[in-house]
Amino acid sequence: MTDTRQTEGTVPLGPDQFTGPTPDNALRDADRDAKASMVAADGTPLKASLARSLRRQKLRALMLVAPLLIFVLVTFIAPIADMLFRSVQNEIVVDTLPRTVAALQDWDYESGEVPGPAVFDAMTRDMMVAVERKEHTRLGSRLNYELTGISSLLRQTGRDVEDIGEVQLDAMVGLDPAWEEPATWAGMLTTPDYREAAAEWAIRADEGGRLFDEPPPRMELAEAAQALPLTADAYTDFARTIGTESQDSALEEEPWPLVYMSLVQDLRQFPAAADAFEGDDGARLAALVEALPTIPEVDTRAAFLEIDEEWADPQVWGTIKAFSPPYTPGYFLSAADLTLTPDGVEAMPEDERIYRTLFLRTIFMSLAITFSCILLGYPVAWLLANLPARQANVLMILVLLPFWTSLLVRTSAWKVLLQQQGVINDILVWLGLVGDANRLVMINNVTGTIIAMTHILLPFMILPLYSVMKTIPPSYVRAAKSLGATDFTAFRRVYFPQSVPGIGAGSILVFILAIGYYITPEIVGGTKGVFISNRIAYHISTSLNWGLAAALGSILLVAVLILYWAYDRIIGIDNVKLGG
Amino acid sequence: MATSTADAATKDAFVAFERVQKSYDGETLVVKDLNLAMPKGEFLTMLGPSGSGKTTCLMMLAGFETATHGEIKLDGQPINNIPPHKRGIGMVFQNYALFPHMTVAENLAFPLEVRKIGKSDREAKIKRALDMVQMGNFGGRRPAQLSGGQQQRIALARALVFEPELVLMDEPLGALDKQLRETLQFEITRLAHDLGITVVYVTHDQTEALTMSDRVAVFDDGRIQQLAPPDELYEAPKNSFVAQFIGENNTLDGKVERIEGDRCAVRLDSGEMIDAKPVNVTEAGQRTRVSIRPERVEIDPELGPDAHTLKAEVLEFIYMGDTFRTRLRVAGQDDFIVKTRNRADQVRLNPGQTVTIGWLPQDCRALDA
Repeated sequence: MTDTRQTEGTVPLGPDQFTGPTPDNALRDADRDAKASMVAADGTPLKASLARSLRRQKLRALMLVAPLLIFVLVTFIAPIADMLFRSVQNEIVVDTLPRTVAALQDWDYESGEVPGPAVFDAMTRDMMVAVERKEHTRLGSRLNYELTGISSLLRQTGRDVEDIGEVQLDAMVGLDPAWEEPATWAGMLTTPDYREAAAEWAIRADEGGRLFDEPPPRMELAEAAQALPLTADAYTDFARTIGTESQDSALEEEPWPLVYMSLVQDLRQFPAAADAFEGDDGARLAALVEALPTIPEVDTRAAFLEIDEEWADPQVWGTIKAFSPPYTPGYFLSAADLTLTPDGVEAMPEDERIYRTLFLRTIFMSLAITFSCILLGYPVAWLLANLPARQANVLMILVLLPFWTSLLVRTSAWKVLLQQQGVINDILVWLGLVGDANRLVMINNVTGTIIAMTHILLPFMILPLYSVMKTIPPSYVRAAKSLGATDFTAFRRVYFPQSVPGIGAGSILVFILAIGYYITPEIVGGTKGVFISNRIAYHISTSLNWGLAAALGSILLVAVLILYWAYDRIIGIDNVKLGG
Repeated sequence: MATSTADAATKDAFVAFERVQKSYDGETLVVKDLNLAMPKGEFLTMLGPSGSGKTTCLMMLAGFETATHGEIKLDGQPINNIPPHKRGIGMVFQNYALFPHMTVAENLAFPLEVRKIGKSDREAKIKRALDMVQMGNFGGRRPAQLSGGQQQRIALARALVFEPELVLMDEPLGALDKQLRETLQFEITRLAHDLGITVVYVTHDQTEALTMSDRVAVFDDGRIQQLAPPDELYEAPKNSFVAQFIGENNTLDGKVERIEGDRCAVRLDSGEMIDAKPVNVTEAGQRTRVSIRPERVEIDPELGPDAHTLKAEVLEFIYMGDTFRTRLRVAGQDDFIVKTRNRADQVRLNPGQTVTIGWLPQDCRALDA
């Protein structure tokens, strides 16, 4: 055995150096184990020493692949990961309606009642901010996926919600016209530093004219403003929003009615808050506190119901509550023909279920395509591997020719061939095999997709098959025949089992390509022959429901990975040969 | 070969080729007019350089190639139109051709299964065949887990397990190293004789051919150049191709001066006259190539008056252990080799020395030029 070890490095691989479990290999393994604890000349473990000497090589290798790796990461992996992440992302609700989401925590959908005034107050505030930021329509389209009609409800509400505080605003201005002045509010609620900076900014803005694009300074609340929490909150939203949306400074703009409403609310709750302010501000607030009984109450709930009676439907509130967490299973449920309702997970109405059927159809059609590729490709690959070189080369060119032709051209060609007034039907009618009245329907259905895609994916089956068959020496079949096997038995028991790795490789390739195929089913598939990928594309580019598209894509990806894993377990990915 | 004797020979032959021709492209013949008759139980080797047609002959016999012309008979029956699987001929291939996806036992079971032999019978036969090649414990292994020599033993067992009367071997030991080859040569001949099977063995290794066979057919250019037992082939080659191909050989070119019975005088191109045994020279004036085996040449000969002597200059002396090889310049040729046994009293020659060499005229054969 020692002999073997000494010569191992120099002798070319002999016939008895196999990787399987042979006695020799067992002894060699034992040898290797004994050597595991060896040390290098300087006393460091041999393995560490080896690793160090290999590090440079590895680093250099890494540098060679780095450009491609970075390119793929930045342009491919990262966008895909981001896209897939959208399948659970749902921050829009909590971002747009933060106060409402918080207020709804205490409300129970099961009670079947409309939420209390606190929720409507919060909703009023959220909606007013959202309308100013023009975010309520986006929220509307998001929630409309879950409850039809909510989009128009939000749009309608957005138009009218600004009027809710008008009465209080009017009353306050009637009381003291100073309330109409932006400076009154700024003086009362912001720091002198901010006001100075904003005034300077305004001068620069005037000089810069329309080209001026410096944002106004960030609003800072005065310390006294803390005595009026709702007002401070609303004013902050106001100042920030006009700053970013219309590049205006709070010094120059009249606050939203929401701010007036908030002040009235604050003072009703904390009449002593006026004491926190000095001078004119304190006096004005004190006057307002005096006059509070004359200022009309605002019933936000009534106001909402007046805008639209839908707001009395607990379903609306339930939907908002159900989709308030920042992450949601909603898209995945939709992708499985389920829906998340306030009552929990429910099946979609019968006529709206499409995805399960579509997934099953995609898998079934991909299997059918794979199977017909095997049937058609196997004999061709066999011929390729067994013909004399000259004929094989011609055949190979014929196999590869489709590769060099545009996919769109090939698919369109099938459209010409397969349609009812197309070439094939014309020939069949001319031959009298088919009546002119009942021409075959071979396109815009499952048949069309399977025919066209089998043709397009056939090379992906033939090439791996060919490369495996090329390595099967003809002596195996000869040996089988000399041992008494008929041609068929020799094929079935000797040739075919050895070509299985090629079938495996080809099938994986064709199936995975088929399951995500888009262009061909789109063109020849009509409505019955489309794949899940066509639906994904629809949601990406037409319905703009990217979350659902991402969920469908994730399911497809996971399904492929599971199939790949199963294949690896059953056949073994090592047995897949794509060449040599 | 006269047709009447050929017919007589093939009448009761077990394997017979009758006027067989083979062409692949319709332009050149790979096998030209092959006639061959083998009795039952014979171990016949087809020996020849690559491209000489020997493997084609084997493939025609096995049924993987069809003869372009002529008839091949097995046990008196023409088999030209019988497909390979019905011929019942065992075959061993150079690359073993063990089915890689089956275990050793499954490989051996294959010919029995296609013959629909019952399970218990099958197992007994497999065991016997494996024991025969001393691989009894390897039934569960895959071919890839065996060494080359072991694989060839299994291939042999598989070719024998269904008890064929004729076994074909296509350079079965070509891929093995020398020692293993010698062991297996011995085993194959032993098995063939013990089982009484008829073997057609193809090789390009002349040592293998000489040590294993009952008869050797030397192929060249699509024809059998000589078909004879090994000793006859070596001692009495019929033409210069056989003489050159089998063993080592010294040749001297010249012209026949006269022929007298089994003796002829040859004038070498360098002017010397030597006596030789005429083999395929028929008349005076013919060009001839005289062939002498290196071990039949003696240095400073004491062969008696009959022997022929020539002056020679030593060019090189090579020590080879059991023998010495001396390269000499004889009759103007630089490649004359003399082989002498390493005896205690054997003189070792130095380059530059001039010696006398000689041989008996019957060891010196005048062949075609």
